[in-house]
Amino acid sequence: MSGYNIVGQRVPKLDAAQKAMGRAEYIQDVKLPGMLYGKILYSKYAHAKITAMDISRALALPGVHAVLTGKDIPPKMRMGFYKDNPPLKADKVCCFRDEVAAVAAVSEQVAKKAVSLIEVEYEVLPAVFDPEAAMEKDATLVHEAHKTNVLKLPWKLHYGDVEAAEKDSAFVVEDRFTTTWVTHCCLSTSGAVALFDASDNLTVYSNTQIPSLAQKDFLETLGAMGLKGKRVRVIKPVIGGGFGSKLDTYAYEHIAILLAHKCRKPVKILFDRKEEFEATSTRQPTVIYIRQGCDKEGHLTFRDIRMVLDNGGRTSWGATTPSVMMMPITSLYRVPNVRYNAKCVYTNNTYSQAMRGYGNPQATFAIESCMDMLAQKAGIDPVAFRRINQNEPGDETPQGFKITSCGLAQCIDAVEKELTQGSPLEDGEGIGYASLIHVGGGARIYKSDGCGAILKMDDYGRVDIFTGGTDMGQGLDNMIAQIVAEELGLLAEDINVVHSDTDVCPWDVGAHASRSTFVAGNAALGAARRAKQTLLAFGAKLFEVAPEDLVMENRTVSVKNDPEKTMPVDKLLRKAHFSPGGTMLMADYFYDPPNENMGKDFRCNLSVTYSFGVHGVRVHVDKETGKVLVKNYVAAHDVGRAINPMLLEGQVYGGVIMGLGYALSEEVMIKDGQIKNPNFRDYKLFTAKDAVPIMAPVIETHDPDGPFGAKGIGEPGCVPTAPAVANAIYNAVGVRIKDLPITPEKVLAAIQEQSKGS
Amino acid sequence: MTKTISFILNGDEISCDIQDHWTLLHLLREELGLIGTKEGCGNGECGACTVIVDQLAINSCLFLAADVQGKQIQTIEGLAVHTGSLHPIQQSFVDNGGIQCGFCTPGMIMSAKALLDKNARADKEAIKHALAGNICRCTGYVQILDSVEAAGRQMAGNQGKGAAAAKDPGTITQQSMNKKAGEVIT
Repeated sequence: MSGYNIVGQRVPKLDAAQKAMGRAEYIQDVKLPGMLYGKILYSKYAHAKITAMDISRALALPGVHAVLTGKDIPPKMRMGFYKDNPPLKADKVCCFRDEVAAVAAVSEQVAKKAVSLIEVEYEVLPAVFDPEAAMEKDATLVHEAHKTNVLKLPWKLHYGDVEAAEKDSAFVVEDRFTTTWVTHCCLSTSGAVALFDASDNLTVYSNTQIPSLAQKDFLETLGAMGLKGKRVRVIKPVIGGGFGSKLDTYAYEHIAILLAHKCRKPVKILFDRKEEFEATSTRQPTVIYIRQGCDKEGHLTFRDIRMVLDNGGRTSWGATTPSVMMMPITSLYRVPNVRYNAKCVYTNNTYSQAMRGYGNPQATFAIESCMDMLAQKAGIDPVAFRRINQNEPGDETPQGFKITSCGLAQCIDAVEKELTQGSPLEDGEGIGYASLIHVGGGARIYKSDGCGAILKMDDYGRVDIFTGGTDMGQGLDNMIAQIVAEELGLLAEDINVVHSDTDVCPWDVGAHASRSTFVAGNAALGAARRAKQTLLAFGAKLFEVAPEDLVMENRTVSVKNDPEKTMPVDKLLRKAHFSPGGTMLMADYFYDPPNENMGKDFRCNLSVTYSFGVHGVRVHVDKETGKVLVKNYVAAHDVGRAINPMLLEGQVYGGVIMGLGYALSEEVMIKDGQIKNPNFRDYKLFTAKDAVPIMAPVIETHDPDGPFGAKGIGEPGCVPTAPAVANAIYNAVGVRIKDLPITPEKVLAAIQEQSKGS
Repeated sequence: MTKTISFILNGDEISCDIQDHWTLLHLLREELGLIGTKEGCGNGECGACTVIVDQLAINSCLFLAADVQGKQIQTIEGLAVHTGSLHPIQQSFVDNGGIQCGFCTPGMIMSAKALLDKNARADKEAIKHALAGNICRCTGYVQILDSVEAAGRQMAGNQGKGAAAAKDPGTITQQSMNKKAGEVIT
């Protein structure tokens, strides 16, 4: 066994009872005295000049406190890392999602009415919706001042010699794959409440995954508003789902700040579901051209990928997903020669953000579909082909990733074992596999990849730990509580995890890159170790032994091999507190993992360690309708160590179903820039009726750098799902679908095409 | 138009003035301060606002407040109060990992309760059917279905033993602790 008492236990999520009773407070539930309600007016066109705007009727409506337009936006105020997005647009709109005006009023109803009274005149401009067409020379420019629709981003690498490797390859395949827009569908819609105190210090309640970076963004907004030297406090209510959607700050947050300052009252902006679909960001859609080769024995020789990403009308983090796509492209399996070139192209569509996997699902869809195609061409069984090329501990990949712990081989074994022991395949049934690599030990995409933790203990043996990390339902609260409880010999229920307020919580770069268990977990462990050291030093004095002779377990401090000398930890804490010159136990720790920022040619060790996984799926394809039924799903992951197997399985199950939606049913349907299905009726999520049997074998490789050996696992569940399904469909009926989602229409059309050919 | 209605809310008699156009969701959340019932879409498509009206699970965002006149309403707030501990369904969601972000949870539990109150021995297919209108984006439904199944067993057991048999909160915990955590290979 593990030798641990709390780590490895299926401890229920710490806030689950509160949530089960309906007592958890989300942004919907935040109400402040005197609060006003904000509402945003969006563009009527995909691409147009704003020629005139009349807000007089809205302003005259009783109950309206303020109306803002693009002209009220301070000139330097721009959102997003590419700084191409003012919170309200003054001169022209580049997509339907562009915000043109906003109001604050005494109620949502009055605010809605006021927005409908704002008159905007537009001069409609020609628009461009196809990113490949937008790259052409005479294409309509989305941002004239930018001079080209292609963003000036450096997504290009070449390691080894792809051309020479191709010449030496025995087998080569190439193809084109596309992935479309999908969206997070957090059950809680987005929202924020902003308020200023008498000295113009700002508080923002927001369900953000990046409290510290949001604080920085809001400080910049205050700066642009001429409010220098002010403080910003970000408070997170309970977050009703994140999945990457809250990794940037949005216009509604900045607009709420501007309205709150203008009205001198708290202002709340809360999205309705239609707005959530239309005005939050999607996963980045891609067009992927891939060539891949291997030698006679099946060793991969090269991988060559060219990609076009539809950037939409503005820029958020979606445009940086190629940096993460580099990970599977250069490092999923051993592939010595790699070339990658990605272009993000402005169009008049909506724009993208982070979404679980951050580009990895798109790239892995192309790579793993192509792996099966290559295996077939080389005449090698697809599972054997993966084994020939599998990553191993000690590898350094062409991008410079140093693979430490790696359970890919065990994952392949586990999935194959589970999938092949069932009943023999029936007509129309097939099995498909796909693997994944993902960052499992942080990802250094910012100047710091760190997270702080502050720990204090009270007179009753209880711990409050203030973490920079964010829980949004994934279970970081438990990770921290179980890690700290294990280290201090307490129970998980003794640990109160505070993660909701920048006034008291230390800095963290954000809940992304599956980094929280590893980074926030190591920070908490560091603080707990320091606390333990202090406590044991005090205990050692008391018992007149060396600190090394003491052990903390079951809420007591005891001398090893001397059962007489023992004291409950709360009593020891009180002794420390109430002795002359007494002390309260406090400790802090800032953990910044020893990983590397991407260098000029993108070579680096991005993460301290990497997570691996293999998914296998058995499907049945109805040849009459094209409908794909998932019969059985096995998702094995190398997680280092499962701190809490129950929550870990929850991450895998949830990821797999999100991935199956990506594979089979989900699509934000956009026609001429406009979203046609902004509701749950027409955006096809899996429901309980579609739930499939999922097995989640856990491979524990005990990572040397992870807290108690753990690696990150938040995102991987949805990474290789789509290619596993596509490969299973091919195995079942011999048609390869290269465009997501794999709808019955596409499958049926391919089957019909195939029967015509034969 | 304003009118006065009377109904039973979580066992308490309520009489209040309402506007004709108010939904039950609005009445509960905005007027009565019962924030446990959530709004996920406002269109009857996600189930986050599910409450029980006279034994039937309904989307309170589509149900007019005026129509609860004389009816019995149960919301998530009404489940735990009388025993002082969690209802077996709530406890089962806690113990079996049925809750992540928790936004769908109150609606999910109310849908499950409407089913299990009628038939605690409902099988997995019946549970899937009863929860089909409740969207969850976090869990992939696996642990939610497990939670409802386990709660049903518990409730059926309690019914079998009669009213005197108090719920043993330890039972489900133990089951979930012993549940096979997938294969662990070290």
